[in-house]
This record gives sequence, structure tokens and C-alpha cells, in this order.
Amino acid sequence: MFASLRPVWIITRREVRDQFRDWRILFPILVLTLFFPLLMNITAGQLVNFVQRYGGQDIVYQRLIPFLLMVVGFFPITVSLVISLESFAGETERHSIEPLLGSPLTDWQLYMGKLVACITPALLASYMGVLVYLIGLQIQRLKWNAPAVLIVQILILTAVQSLVMVSGAVIVSTQTTSVRAANLLSSFIIIPMALLMQVEAVIMFWGQYDVLWMAILGQIVIAILLIRAGTAHFSREGLLGRSVDVLNLRWAWRTFKMAFTGQARSVGAWYRQEVRGALRQLLIPIPIMILFLAVAVGVGVRLAANIDLEASGGMLPYLESLSTSSGDSIPPLGVITVLGVFVLWLFNLRSIFAAVILGVFSFGILGVLALMVTFIALGFIAALVPQVGMPWWLYLVARILPHGLVEIPAIILAGAAILRMGVVMITPEQDRTVGEAWLRALGDWAKVTVGVVLPLFLIAAFIETFVTPQITRWLLGP
Amino acid sequence: MLATENLTKKFNDFLAVDGVTLQVEAGQVLALLGPNGAGKTTTVRMLTSVLSPSGGWARVAGYDVVKQPARVRASVGVLTEQHGLYDRMPADQYLDFFGQLYNMQSSLRQKRIDTLLEHFGLTGDRKRSIGEYSKGMRQKLALARALLHEPPVLLLDEPTSAMDPESARLVRDAIKELRSAERTIVICTHNLAEAEELADQIAIIRRGRIIVRGGIAALKQSLLGPVEYEVRFASPLNSREIYFPPGGKLTSKGSDWLRYQADQPHGFNPYLLHSLLAQGLPVISLQEVPRSLEAIYLQAVNAPGDEVLDVR
Repeated sequence: MFASLRPVWIITRREVRDQFRDWRILFPILVLTLFFPLLMNITAGQLVNFVQRYGGQDIVYQRLIPFLLMVVGFFPITVSLVISLESFAGETERHSIEPLLGSPLTDWQLYMGKLVACITPALLASYMGVLVYLIGLQIQRLKWNAPAVLIVQILILTAVQSLVMVSGAVIVSTQTTSVRAANLLSSFIIIPMALLMQVEAVIMFWGQYDVLWMAILGQIVIAILLIRAGTAHFSREGLLGRSVDVLNLRWAWRTFKMAFTGQARSVGAWYRQEVRGALRQLLIPIPIMILFLAVAVGVGVRLAANIDLEASGGMLPYLESLSTSSGDSIPPLGVITVLGVFVLWLFNLRSIFAAVILGVFSFGILGVLALMVTFIALGFIAALVPQVGMPWWLYLVARILPHGLVEIPAIILAGAAILRMGVVMITPEQDRTVGEAWLRALGDWAKVTVGVVLPLFLIAAFIETFVTPQITRWLLGP
Repeated sequence: MLATENLTKKFNDFLAVDGVTLQVEAGQVLALLGPNGAGKTTTVRMLTSVLSPSGGWARVAGYDVVKQPARVRASVGVLTEQHGLYDRMPADQYLDFFGQLYNMQSSLRQKRIDTLLEHFGLTGDRKRSIGEYSKGMRQKLALARALLHEPPVLLLDEPTSAMDPESARLVRDAIKELRSAERTIVICTHNLAEAEELADQIAIIRRGRIIVRGGIAALKQSLLGPVEYEVRFASPLNSREIYFPPGGKLTSKGSDWLRYQADQPHGFNPYLLHSLLAQGLPVISLQEVPRSLEAIYLQAVNAPGDEVLDVR
């Protein structure tokens, strides 16, 4: 174990030494470690002085100072993104990675050595900045007793954010042959991180620090997935098999088409060979997806427990309208047209495409979460309808089950296909680039979606339009 | 020591290496020749287990490049076309770093570093940053890196490019020494004179395929015909008749020279010389007509079709 970690240490040590030889890395780290925290101290001091005149200093102590603490921790770790792009894409561009690839190092040793080297200096600088900031608060006699848990949260959050950025940068770097291209692609990291910072800022000003644990947990999961994807794609083959950053649309289309149509010569053969094969690959993702949806229903039920119907405004009339077949929720049969079926079908189609787009950029996670939202709502309403005198099972049988019997399996299949696409992205494939793996996974997803999910949605829309209202009337009365 | 059979590499739709078969024994040098983009570097990368073959197999130092990649890489010293040095690092630290990666003991590492820096004339510059090195010095340092762990197999891509004549001679001598020390050496080069000087066999690769393979002498014999010898005279012969003894075949003749072929030159050449002198002819030289590797190379790479000439 320790013997296999030794090369990791050798790589890390060299990289860190190299960073400390480069003033372009040292200078920003020093500024963000020493001067920026002092600037934040001054800012906090000035704001406290300003708001003291209006008796609002407590909220400044409790909200602003911890927020600035988080900012002070975050800024130095942004350097780790630059370092990692330089370390991974830069080495490929300068060809200095070739002698390393020719050495007995394994791919993961090289990856881990570089990963640790990219994170460590920036993280130490970040912690130093936090320390400088806290000392500065004491010197300024700003009487804020830093809660130990919050400090720990900030330290962990900073480390995890750094890990997310660097592991994301590795994936970006493996897709390019130059630092320039890597910098362009790094907006895929910078933009989500900026959004994340805004969410965290809201949490800090909200003062619900317990929620920070959720943010930390979520980012740990993302970091693990990114590292998994990074180790899958940071390979000798991937690094040296790529020569130029050219978007080959013809090849991309051919690869996708090959994955989608396979060897089939007819629609029947396509269903028999390709669709069946793609469905077989979902044998593990399907139960996982069912579990996720069950959890979503449970979350909905749990959320409903905290709802005060009397105080919720429009919720009560809505629930009452569900308990009877009269009202707007069931349009008269004569008005319904085939166009209505088509609209319902398009609505489901939109949800699935939104889920797959979210899933593509999040290893399937956000795509599955998007599909779970409907089931959270389902659990939420089913848990509330008894309060208007309607048994939950009657709600399900009268309003959901008729078309749900077809629609829910379709959603499960769609979600499972998105999950599998995410798994493919983080699974190493010999002799295959990320792009190729991604296109093939997209082809498999398209087989399931076009071959099974969309037809099922069409049937479900037809049932929802023509059958469900009849059953609702029959069960709930006119 | 190094063997491949139908080694193939495909990148998406592009066939970079197409069924390459090679055999290089310990103490032999193979020169892999070919135009830019012919597949030399991809072949070398497969031989170092950096790229995995799409087809065929290769064994290096007795290890399979697919099944035992770590052992293959530990047994191979590679000089890449792009040296890939760390500019901010001093030379001795750079070699020490690679020595550690190859798991060399500290004392042995230092000894090897001292020896190699001394051998390549870099001792005085060992503490300088590599970024301050000249092209030739960088090349020598990269070569020192490849030799550091004393690998039994060496794969050298353009080993003397960018070097001044003295340094190039130093490197060529080093390669000869390594051959004498029973190392297996593959050099990829565009310097045909160098290949001719160093190689025991050559392989010419074009569009990923080996089109010519074999010993240089055998290839010359096969592609350029039998050896010719040339006799030069001090003054024009004018219309003087010359007696040409049996055992040789006069192929061409000029005013002050003649060319011939002989099945057994060891016996025939002294006999001819004696005969010409006896006829009172003013002979000033007798030598083999030079036939360069360049002639073989150009003939091979410009030949139509994909026929393989194998004269091993």
C-alpha cells in the first residue's frame, strides 16, 4: 500500500516545488493569503462601525463576518483551478508528460500525485487566509466568537470545493491538448462554482449553518464522481491518442448513429437486437431508479407533514378540487381532442429531454433529481388529500394509476437510461475517448427513449386524456 | 529481446500502424525509418506500453506490452521526439526525480547521475535550470534520462537531432557502446547516414506498414543489385586495349576509369590489380562504388503499391 503511494508523493513533491519556483503562482497566493483577509477585516470593521449607529450590529456579526470568512477561504482555492489546468493540460502541451507516461507509474499514481499537488498549496494558502482573517478580527476587537462547528464547516467546504474544481479541471484537461483550450472549457467549472458560491452565500446570510452540511455532502458526492471520471479518462491512451482539438462532427454523428442503429437492417430487427440489448443493460439501473422514486415519494410525504393547510392559501381549494370529479381538473369528454393527447405527450417529452440535458452535465444526478420532483409532488399530495376527506389510495387509483401504469414504467426506464449514461461517463473504457464513450452512451439512451419511452408516453397521454377522466368520474362521482 | 507480430493501432477511423512485425535481438540496433506521420512514434509508444495495440502483439524484454505494462516500462529507456524537460528544474534534480520514479536506490541514483552527466559533458551545468540549456544540451540530458536506470531495451527517437557534430559523435559512440553491452536498441531517425553507421537492420515504414526490412548489406544487394567496384587511372587510357582477366564482369568504362562486378571480390580484386599493373596501367585507386542507404530509402518510399521486401 505504502509502496504504491511513494510514486504519488514523488510526483506531488516535484509539482509543488515547481509551483513555488513560479512567481505567477506565488504572487496571487501571497496576496490572497495575507492582504485579502486583511482587506476583509477592514471591510467587516467599517460595516460594523456603520451599522452600530442604527443598532444593527448583531446581524452584521452573525451574518456578514461568517460570510466573509467563507469568502476568504474560497478565493485562494480558485488558484488551484489555474494550477491544475497548467499541470494537466500544460504538461500535455509541452510534452513533458511523455517521459512520465513512459515510466513505470500507473495512471492513478500520476493522477493522484498531480491532484494532491494541485490542491495542497492553494488549500494551505486558504487555511492561512482564514487564520489571518480570524486573527485580524481579534486585533480589531470585533467581538465575534467563531463557532467551532462553523470553522470546521468552512475548512471542510473549502477543501471539498478545491477538490471539485481540480477534479473537474482534470476531466476538462483530458479533453484538450492545449492550456488555451482547457481555459476555454474551464467555464464548465467556473460557472457552476460561481452559482454554488451564490447558493452558499444565501445559506450564510440565512444563518442556517446546518444546511451547509448538505452543501458539503453534495459536493463530496460530486467530487467522488469527478475523481472517478477523472481516473477513468486520465489514461495514457486518452492523453497521447489525441492529437488536435478538432470538432469532428461527421465522426461524432457516425459514432452516435452506429450506437443507435447498431447492426439492425429493419425496425423489427432494431427492436429485437438493439432495443432489447439496451434494455438488458438497464437491469441494475432500473431497481436503483425505482428506489430513487420511492425515496422521492417518501420525501413528499415527509414535506407534507410540516404543512399547515389552513395557512397555506391556495392549497386547500386545490386539494378539495382533487377529491371530486367536478371542476376544472376533469374537462368534459367532448372538448378533448387528439391535439390534447399530443400536448400531454410533448409535456412529458420536454421533461425527459430536460432531464437528459441535466444528466449529461452531472453524471446523471441532476437528471434523476429532475424526474424525482414529480414523485415528490405525488407523495406530497397523496399525504395531504386525507385532510380533505379523500383516502390517499383513492387519489392514486382515481387520478394517477390509470395512465400511471404506463407512464411510471416509462419514467423509470428513462431515468435508468440517464443513470446508466452517467455511469458510462465514470467508467474506464479501453481504447475509447470520453467523447466516444459519451456518444455511445447517448446512443444507448436514445434507443431506450425512442424505442420504448416515447411510445409508452404516447399511450399514457392517450389514457390520461380519454380513460383517466372516465375512471375518475366513476370512482369519485359526477 | 524485442518482438512484434502484426502490431496494429487504429485511432477512430485512422489506421496509424498496420500489421508491423519486427524482431530485434540483444546487442542489435534496428533503425526504424520512414516519412513524417508514417507511424514510427505510434509504434514506439506501443512498444513502451503507453498506447495499447488495436491488434497483434508485442513483447519487450520478455514482457507482453498489454499484460505487463509496468514491467515493460521499467525495462525500457525512451528518448521521445519532444524531450519534455522541466525548464524550471536543475538538471541533477531532474535526473534524480526520474531515478526515484524508476525506484532506484539513492546511492546508485547519485552514482548514475554523476556518471551520465560526466559522460555527456554536463557536470559543470548540473545545477543550472534546464530552461537555460541549449538544444544540444537538452538532447543530451533527455538521453541521460533514458539511460539512467540502465534499461535492457532503448527506444530512441531522433537521438542526435539538434546536436553539433561533436555531440552527435559522442551520442553515436554511446549507442555503439550500449550495443556492445548487449542492449536492444531501436532508433527512429531521418538521418540515414547515422542509421547506416549504427544499425544492424533497418525497417522502412510507410503509411503504417513496414515496406522494407532487413540487414543493410542484404537490402543493398536486393534493391540495388550486386556490388560494383571502380578502378581509377592517373591518366586517360585513350584507345588503349585492356586485358580484363576472367572471374569478373566489366560493366562500364570511361576515359580514366572502369567499373566491374565480381562474384568473389576477395580473390579477384588483388588479381585484377596485379594484372592491370602488369599491363603498365597507372592505377591510383580501387574501391567499392558507394551505394547509400538513401538510395534504398527513396526507392522504397516512392515505390508504387504496398509490396513488402523482407530480406532478413
